[in-house]
Amino acid sequence: MRLRFLLPLFAFFALVGVLWIGLSLDPRTLPSPLIGKPTPDFDLPQLHDPQARFASTELQGEVALINVWASWCVTCRQEHPFLAQLRRAGVPIYGLNYKDTRTDALRFLARYGDPYDAIGFDESGMVGIDFGVYATPETFLVDRQGIIRFKHIGMITPDIIETKILPLYRQLEAES
Amino acid sequence: MKSHPMLLTLLCVAATMFIAPTALFAGPTAPTMEPLTFDTPEQEARYQNLIRELRCTVCQNQNLIESNAPLAVDLRRQISLMVKDGAENKEVVDYMVARYGDFVLFRPPMNRTTYLLWFGPGALLLISLSALGLILYRRRSQLGPAPLSEDEQQRLRRLLGEDRGGKA
Repeated sequence: MRLRFLLPLFAFFALVGVLWIGLSLDPRTLPSPLIGKPTPDFDLPQLHDPQARFASTELQGEVALINVWASWCVTCRQEHPFLAQLRRAGVPIYGLNYKDTRTDALRFLARYGDPYDAIGFDESGMVGIDFGVYATPETFLVDRQGIIRFKHIGMITPDIIETKILPLYRQLEAES
Repeated sequence: MKSHPMLLTLLCVAATMFIAPTALFAGPTAPTMEPLTFDTPEQEARYQNLIRELRCTVCQNQNLIESNAPLAVDLRRQISLMVKDGAENKEVVDYMVARYGDFVLFRPPMNRTTYLLWFGPGALLLISLSALGLILYRRRSQLGPAPLSEDEQQRLRRLLGEDRGGKA
């Protein structure tokens, strides 16, 4: 058969390929410009104790997870057990309670458990903006120097924990 | 009255043509629930312009002025504060890009990752035009000889001896 008759077929398959890739991409997942940069500076009251502070300086010297959550966020509730699983694996987890009320947030933790080492209470959402948060939950992995090394938007799943977070956590832990 | 589908279509097209441009250019104004005061009209104009140029990352096909997502409200407030503090447009845009990436710009900058975006359509047009040109060129060579002119027709008739009987 002559090649020219096959050309439309090739073009068709090329189009199918491009559309297939396009469909598999999630337009909601944006690359974060914060990867490789220091965590934004913040100094927030703690959720449990309005007198105590939780500041970005406390993230230095430790590989830790920062989880942005809110009691009104349904996905955060689904994600919650997996945060506890990470905590049991030994990963320090800090919370950023985003645009929430203290009562609702504390009730949420009382009901579903509290895996966080400390929680900053970001009522206005301004620290969230500094972190480029646009879809809770969002999770950041920060290295010892306070540099953001990984960001995940949306729910943390066991798959993401096993394939992304824990390997990178162990690698960053091993770095001096 | 029985509605005529063709007429209906025409009406819809006409309506779109008249309504769409006004909707585009007038655009929505900022929701009235956030009263904003600026020191100068120039500041307000810059603010209004900025929130049209920047995309809401929550509802990704809206700009900040159209969106009522809580984040868009916060970002509008933040931008208004920055403008009132005398921040240049570039400072505001840099502030947004530093947090949300180039994605927030409805007019993306030209860099390595956006060359395809900027030049892709032009390249596609160029490729298709040259393909069209090539096909037309080839087709021309496949055509038979040009039709005979009036003189040639007469000469043909003469040669074929049609005027032998004395009539053309």
